[in-house]
Amino acid sequence: MKRPPRDIALSSRRINRRAAILGGLMGAGMLMLAGRMRQIQVDQTDQFRLLAEENRINIRLIPPVRGLIHDRNGTVLAGNEQNYRVVIVREDAGDVDLVLARLARLIDLPAEIVDRARREVFRHRPFVPVTIAERLDWEQVARIASNAPSLPGITPEVGLSRNYPLEEDFSHVIGYVGAVSERDLDAQEVPDPVLQLPGFQIGRIGVERQMEHALRGSAGTKRTEVNAVGRVMRELDRREGTPGRNVQLTVDHRLQNFIHARLAGESAAVIVMDVETGDLRAIASSPSYDPNLFARGISSADFRGLLDDPYRPLVDKSVQGVYPPGSTFKMVVALAALEAGLVVPEERVFCPGHMDVSGRRFHCWRRGGHGRLNMVSALSESCDVYFYDMAQRVGIERINAMSERLGLGVRHALPMSAVAAGLNPTREWKQARRGEPWQVGDTINAAIGQGFVLNSPLQLAVMTARLASGKAVVPRLVRAVGGVEEPVAEAPSLGLDARALAIVRQGMVECTNHQRGTAWSSRIVEASARMSGKTGTSQVFTITAAERAAGLRRQQDLPWNRRNHALFVAYAPIEAPRYAVAVVIEHGGGGSSAAAPVGRDVMLHALHGGMPPLSAYPEPQRNRIETQQRDLLGRMRPPQTDGRDRA
Amino acid sequence: MSYLEYAVQRVPAGLSKVLYVNWALVVLLAAVAGLGWLMLYSIAGGSLMPWAEPQMKRFAAGLVLMFAVAFVPIWFWRNVAGLAYGLSLVLLLGVEFFGSVGMGAQRWIDLGFIRLQPSELAKITLVMALAAYYDWLDIRRTSRPMWVLLALVLVLLPTFLVLRQPDLGTGILLLLGGGAVMFLAGVSWLYFAAVIAIGLGGMTLVLASRGTEWQILKDYQYRRIDSFLDPSIDPLGAGYHINQSKIALGSGGWSGRGFMQGTQSRLNFLPEKHTDFIFTSLAEEFGFVGGVSLLVLYGLILVFCIAAALKMKDRFAQLLTLGVAATFFLYFAVNMAMVMGLAPVVGVPLPLVSFGGSAMLVLMFGFGLVQSAHIHRPRGP
Repeated sequence: MKRPPRDIALSSRRINRRAAILGGLMGAGMLMLAGRMRQIQVDQTDQFRLLAEENRINIRLIPPVRGLIHDRNGTVLAGNEQNYRVVIVREDAGDVDLVLARLARLIDLPAEIVDRARREVFRHRPFVPVTIAERLDWEQVARIASNAPSLPGITPEVGLSRNYPLEEDFSHVIGYVGAVSERDLDAQEVPDPVLQLPGFQIGRIGVERQMEHALRGSAGTKRTEVNAVGRVMRELDRREGTPGRNVQLTVDHRLQNFIHARLAGESAAVIVMDVETGDLRAIASSPSYDPNLFARGISSADFRGLLDDPYRPLVDKSVQGVYPPGSTFKMVVALAALEAGLVVPEERVFCPGHMDVSGRRFHCWRRGGHGRLNMVSALSESCDVYFYDMAQRVGIERINAMSERLGLGVRHALPMSAVAAGLNPTREWKQARRGEPWQVGDTINAAIGQGFVLNSPLQLAVMTARLASGKAVVPRLVRAVGGVEEPVAEAPSLGLDARALAIVRQGMVECTNHQRGTAWSSRIVEASARMSGKTGTSQVFTITAAERAAGLRRQQDLPWNRRNHALFVAYAPIEAPRYAVAVVIEHGGGGSSAAAPVGRDVMLHALHGGMPPLSAYPEPQRNRIETQQRDLLGRMRPPQTDGRDRA
Repeated sequence: MSYLEYAVQRVPAGLSKVLYVNWALVVLLAAVAGLGWLMLYSIAGGSLMPWAEPQMKRFAAGLVLMFAVAFVPIWFWRNVAGLAYGLSLVLLLGVEFFGSVGMGAQRWIDLGFIRLQPSELAKITLVMALAAYYDWLDIRRTSRPMWVLLALVLVLLPTFLVLRQPDLGTGILLLLGGGAVMFLAGVSWLYFAAVIAIGLGGMTLVLASRGTEWQILKDYQYRRIDSFLDPSIDPLGAGYHINQSKIALGSGGWSGRGFMQGTQSRLNFLPEKHTDFIFTSLAEEFGFVGGVSLLVLYGLILVFCIAAALKMKDRFAQLLTLGVAATFFLYFAVNMAMVMGLAPVVGVPLPLVSFGGSAMLVLMFGFGLVQSAHIHRPRGP
């Protein structure tokens, strides 16, 4: 097609004109782009630089090493053991299934662990290390290391995890650690960020929980450069945290171990306390459980087993359990009566075996009655009728006041979980709780530690220590934190009349050292270790008149959970008291038959710092005791093994 | 003047054509590509693989293609323009039926030796076809409705097929590129005014249709519009790209964080850092200075194209050269506007810099056409 020259000129002119316009538009567009670049890169650069840094830097916490818990001699009760575990990194492993199968053959892993690890591996991003198995032994680690070339992506690692080398012995005192729950985080206004670290454990109960602050320490930080998917590219710097502080307790692990062996098969609690300083030498609740199970994550079968056990191993009977104190409460009533001047020690009260008060008959434990006795004999022979009389004279208010002075019905401050307050029942309490007015019978029941009165073994030990020393000693569990000794405050005097105290002590001395005393068979004959004590037997069920008429059944014939609780409190040596001991054996039958022998063995062990010589026991019992000691030594932890953790 | 009237003696022939190649344009193209290699090398953490080296090979292939196209007389290209356009339509239809799906869209045809992206090809063939069309058309009929409509059909056919893939970025580029050629050819202002008015109305309609049964765009496209308007509404989702991109740009500052020091790109915060978002890496590591330098290089390429076009007397050659330049401009302008948060995120690569074969080869083909027009223009005796 031929085009006229006029058209060509027109076309060229028009295109050139339009090209100029288009070029102008393009130039304007580019200026706009440059302007925008300037705006972002020059004017707002500071703001974006900051954002880029935030993107890039990831601050990671380094978990602090948890403080150790020692006994008074430095033996480790709660430690951190090296925990060998094996981890896999998916992207390094290549064929995950093949590698896992090889590993399972090599160190004998059960199929379910491999399956769980496999699922975990594929749930995480490919560079995240996933733990396959924990707590490997050295042999397994060595086998993995020597087969490393055929196990790509698999590395053995070492970390720290909590362990309790003495297993059952201190579970109720120390408690255990466990995973952090949502509630723990919610409970704090600003939760320690370390709590959010995966696998971080905090104290769940006991000293581990109560002393959490000291034990935990504070986390260090590590600044790392990460990429968009969170992979760590390099470490920029790190700031070490402070490890948790070590806590030293007042307990003695040898004594505690002996008590657990001695209490085997019983549902019982024993407290041993220093009468001067209040140091708790032993706090035992039997049966116990292995806290390592909880620290490692207990299986539901094991947990169910512990829950369903009728002897309730999970319950701490020593400071948390409360019991009617029975006749061990009679010292309180006696002191209240003497302090109030409502009785003179020599006054004799006739016991015909029962007492009738406002139409109700209250029985003495001895059906035939004790005849006429003074206060010392009434305590030593544990006459109920004598104290029925005293109770009516002093009234519940004075009893409660004395009870509190001796440390009963008071919550003692110990770093343990659920320390019980017990109960000193008052008129107001009964009205509020039961909706009934206080009756004279309630006072009479209280006089022999029955009815509404409830005390924990710890409180009974405190009472005994106060009776022995005459001072308001308070129990003490923590000896040192972070190497710094906790100060021992000199206990103030109780301000009790010295003669009154002497009378009550004499009653206790005769209880264990007089032929007519209820604990005569549990006396200590070693001159420097003679013991003064008081038995108690508290009913679990009210004995009805019909039962009494039909003749009381022997304790052994009753089903276990209907038998009486057996109690015993003691201090020794008589002349210069060192230790107070409280024993409660649930459904043990009787204080003198079940609790007092335990109390004596524990007291002798505490005084001798080990198994006592047979000469401390009365001659006729020595053969039996010898057999018992051999048996106990067989069940106790041998001394050489617990020395390995000595710090 | 049409190529039929060329005094063939006055047009370079044989090896002497080499002398008439627009070497300045070649140097500029190589400079931009070199900047691209530098960035691909840096993003790979100081390694030629996996991006810089293949990209170099592609550029080499592109150069060969460009020279091959350049040495073929421009009138040959005018003759095959309609054929090329038809072929790219067929390929687009082929994608519709046989294409492989990638990134939620059908874009490629696997020819065995190359994964061809016909939508890229269509950008150049459309320009060729329109240039040929207006070269053929009687100049007085340019603004007649009938003939405008025909040109519009030429533009809308490939645009429609591309939007169906769906590839919003290429669709916009085709529409604007075609519009630019029509504008250059001298179509009356009134049509453009009308189109702009209709466009604004259409945009309102698109936005209004959201959530109704006759919704026009896909959900992800609406989300891109949302995140364009306010990137902070979804910082980890649709707005992630643009937020991270702006952080990279802004942290570059005046002179950048230095070669291979860009944390945003090296640490993978930037998405598509080696393809559509490569400009952010450049701006992060070389700062405002680097960004403007690239812009200047692009501007110079445009200047040389326009200057060359102005000297041409042939209507087809002029329209083609300016059309290629306009398409090139649209590529980088849309891409930069997108990463700087001035336009919604649509998939448009940064020409000659982004990692990718189709766009590179197609652009080099386009510049080959420009060179051909430049070489084969009649010169004085």
